[in-house]
Amino acid sequence: MLAFIIRRLLQSVLVMVAVGFIAFSLFNFVGDPVSLMLPPEATQSDRDEVRKSLGLDEPFYVQFGKFVGNAVQGNFGISLRLGRPVSQLLIERLPATLELAMTAAVIGLLVGIPVGVYTALRRNSILAKSLLTGSLIGVSLPNFLIGIFLILIFAVWLGLLPSFGRGDVTKIGLWTTGLLTVTGLKALVLPAITLGLYPVTLIMRLVRSEMMEVLRTDYIKFARARGLSNNAVHFGHALKNTLVPVITITGLQLGGLIAFAIITETVFQWPGMGLLFIQAVQFADIPVMAAYLCLIGLIFVLINLTVDMLYYTVDPRLRISGSAAGGH
Amino acid sequence: MKLSAQLKQSVRALAVAGVASASLIAATVDAKTFRWASQGDVLTMDPHSQNEGLNNTMSDHVYEPLVTRGKTMALEPCLAVSWTQVNPTTLRLKLRDKVTFHNGAPFSADDVVFSITRALEKTSDFSAYMQGIKEAKKIDNLTVEIITNGPNPTLLDQLTEVRMMNREWAVKFNALKPQDYKNKEETYTARNANGTGAFVLKAREPDVKTVLVANSNWWGKREGDVNEVVYTPIKQDATRVSALISGEIDLVLDPPVQDIGKLKENKSLKILEGNENRTIFLNYDQGRNELLYSSVKGKNPFKDIRVRQAMAHAIDANAIRVSVMRGLATTSMSMIAPQVRGYTKDVEKRWPLDLAKAKKLMAEAGYPNGFEVTLDCPNNRYINDEKICVAISGMLAKIDIKIKLNSMPRATYFPKIQTNDTSMYLLGWGVPTFDSLYTLQSILRTKGAGGDGNWNFSGYSNPKLDAIVDQLKTEIDFKKRADLTRDALLLDQADVGHIPLHHQVIPWAMRSNVTVVHRPDNRMHAKWAVVK
Repeated sequence: MLAFIIRRLLQSVLVMVAVGFIAFSLFNFVGDPVSLMLPPEATQSDRDEVRKSLGLDEPFYVQFGKFVGNAVQGNFGISLRLGRPVSQLLIERLPATLELAMTAAVIGLLVGIPVGVYTALRRNSILAKSLLTGSLIGVSLPNFLIGIFLILIFAVWLGLLPSFGRGDVTKIGLWTTGLLTVTGLKALVLPAITLGLYPVTLIMRLVRSEMMEVLRTDYIKFARARGLSNNAVHFGHALKNTLVPVITITGLQLGGLIAFAIITETVFQWPGMGLLFIQAVQFADIPVMAAYLCLIGLIFVLINLTVDMLYYTVDPRLRISGSAAGGH
Repeated sequence: MKLSAQLKQSVRALAVAGVASASLIAATVDAKTFRWASQGDVLTMDPHSQNEGLNNTMSDHVYEPLVTRGKTMALEPCLAVSWTQVNPTTLRLKLRDKVTFHNGAPFSADDVVFSITRALEKTSDFSAYMQGIKEAKKIDNLTVEIITNGPNPTLLDQLTEVRMMNREWAVKFNALKPQDYKNKEETYTARNANGTGAFVLKAREPDVKTVLVANSNWWGKREGDVNEVVYTPIKQDATRVSALISGEIDLVLDPPVQDIGKLKENKSLKILEGNENRTIFLNYDQGRNELLYSSVKGKNPFKDIRVRQAMAHAIDANAIRVSVMRGLATTSMSMIAPQVRGYTKDVEKRWPLDLAKAKKLMAEAGYPNGFEVTLDCPNNRYINDEKICVAISGMLAKIDIKIKLNSMPRATYFPKIQTNDTSMYLLGWGVPTFDSLYTLQSILRTKGAGGDGNWNFSGYSNPKLDAIVDQLKTEIDFKKRADLTRDALLLDQADVGHIPLHHQVIPWAMRSNVTVVHRPDNRMHAKWAVVK
């Protein structure tokens, strides 16, 4: 057990270093921040001075080494665009992104599971078939298009919901939440649906296929033979066993939701980390981009690590062979 | 405190009720908030740290200069009530009495001296406006003198962009310099402001919103009826337009050009179009003996005037205006816009569109089969910049100049061309001083000391033109300046040193109940805004 965890941790560290390195080297191609910070009339010596004070004149490996050293301590420097500490900016933006991603995940579960069960049980009904066809749209339409459609319908035509922003937020310590105000809740609806549509379809299809597989197994036949009611068989036995992979997938999806919230946040001007990142890209704001990519990398690594460890405790085969190659 | 909050709430409730029953009541009770949006956010609230259009627009609400521009861009007294030229290098200004900063501190000569010194700092982004200014001296509490290095005909124009801060306040919060990259802390003035302007900064959340409220102690006369201004950056074009249509926003500063037609049809909206003093032009390397990015080796085709003339006869600027800009541009042969001092109609005679002649010129120059060249183009700086370059590529293909289009975001584009690493490029040049020297010196003049030719990346050089520019620097007679400007522009045209395309037209989209003043510098000011 201990060896497994240590091995996994070491692998995670390697992944993080790789993420940091890739992120850092990408930034050589986004443009020169100094030319954006100084007026066009600035002389070469002015430029060199600023470059030097930002440490941009040093060789690549020195810059990278310093970057890693500071990053480990959570210090990503000062945003070139906003002139504020990057870690502070990220902490300010994190609540908005997390609230959005969590709400989208909850929508995914609350809608995806019942619809998945329904389409598995009544797979020949017209409703089930149309739901399945509809879910194809959810998978194949790009996020920003769905967002713009929703804005068109609910903000422009019906005038029911706001098209941008987060509404009024309440501050609780470091955390800001939009869940406690009416405008905040209203503002959350459209982005959460936009972001949640993909997990809804994913979970629904997953539940459906798992459910259909489980319904064919022997213990379901025995349960029916025991004369249990349909409800008890479907929900007491079949669904319970379906949910194990669903929870895993949802966990992994959460990382994806946080990372891919970029598009949704841009469409709805949602003041989260994704929006911060997009604006940083346009301004060649290297410290913010670096910190964001590392943070997202870290979130993925942590989720994967947790899932791996959960598997280890859940799946006895892993423990016997000692191999990490199992999983679902 | 609590009572006023309750009062506000009931006013708001009343307003909601008003909307339900009679919208007229709502309008009289709660219609004084003015909400506007554009793509990017204000970068900082520090008045000397970012010389950028939107940033200056926001600064103008909170901070004020000594001399300002009115609705038609004419110079008007602001924090200075009058001025006299004591001698060719000294301007004496009488300051406005009984003006207070938002924190209550009185405005005086000390603040002027401090602000000018601060704008002269190396980390100030306003060096372009400080050119030629040596220092400011306090004469008495309400009199200052500005000393220049030599006679400076554009000093007053420059002063319109130098905003006044309170010295004590800046000292208290350790914000003596506009920006200090070595200091790893946020500068206090980035998110806090203390000016004398018509609006007071109430809240600033970067990338979310900036809220201003009317300054009840303002010295000036408020023509508009707005007492709260909310600015929200909305990056996505579609979302920004939607927010305007759904009524969540009152004004959008930068509606996408392709949506203007549709927005015009909407009865609840209106479009205000105004000319910006920004000129879009094409330029090409005429200095090197061999182009960096071309199929021609050993010589530079752009050095041959016949090739330049051929291109001038092949590029249809009018077609670009109609099909790429959808009418939102003024086709022009002038490198400076009509609002810029020194402009005359004499320079508007355009090369006729003539493909046969262009092909003949190419053949005479020794390029009957044309050549290949790379065109560098920004894709997020000017209105439809990339599309303009695509159109130019098509037009030049007709005379067998095959363009390899290299379009990129501004963050990579500007560093590239600023190191002269280009063979052909598209540029848009605005004139914040509203004086022709700004363009002639930076764009047309040969590279030299100071600001000479600092944006001339084509190696274009004409000694006669240079002499005129140098004369303009100290000439203070405006009639003579206009003549000199005309001569310089005609020299450039005879050389086909640049191919001007158009001056940008900037459309603003707003709710039909909103009235604002559209200025050629694309700045919106809420002190003139009326929300009915």
